[in-house]
Amino acid sequence: MILGKVIGTVWATRKDEQLRGLKLQMVCELDPDGTQKDKVIVAVDSVGAGVGETVLFVQGSSARQTEVTKNKPIDAVIVAIVDKMDIEGNQS
Amino acid sequence: MNIGRVIGNIWATPKTESLIGQRMLFVQPMTFSGADVGGKIVALDTVDSGVGDTVIYVSSTEATIPFKPKMIPADATIVGVVDQVDHKNGSWKPHSR
Repeated sequence: MILGKVIGTVWATRKDEQLRGLKLQMVCELDPDGTQKDKVIVAVDSVGAGVGETVLFVQGSSARQTEVTKNKPIDAVIVAIVDKMDIEGNQS
Repeated sequence: MNIGRVIGNIWATPKTESLIGQRMLFVQPMTFSGADVGGKIVALDTVDSGVGDTVIYVSSTEATIPFKPKMIPADATIVGVVDQVDHKNGSWKPHSR
């Protein structure tokens, strides 16, 4: 799983039938120290994450392993909203 | 499979239902000679590893296999704790925690 920050929402009316009803969020990869990386992806939201929240997302075929994304044309899904991190004694 | 060391914990209350009860750990990937390489990842744990352990983890879809038949959205899972590495440039043992 990769740490990320939700930086926006993507709206698309015309889309694959199987994507109907899913929320698409723009997620920027995040370093655990809080700096945003250059990579931004569009991910399906399975937990109700909002803009500004720190999340964990999964990429690749593993992204199809949730009830929301099963057998759908999806390669990235947000699976958790982060409460707290503790890396080598540094809490955030 | 790759090796890495566990460097931290991460807690997330709102999460996909199938992830409830799964421990999540920060892992710093390592080369086989023991140097850090690449960005930190978050992995699920199946072997009760903890901060300070050097571990073996599987990535991509294979990370979901330890949990079968449960469907779990994992792209990295810790599947072993390393005792010793024998490398052409010498053997090394991870620090025990």
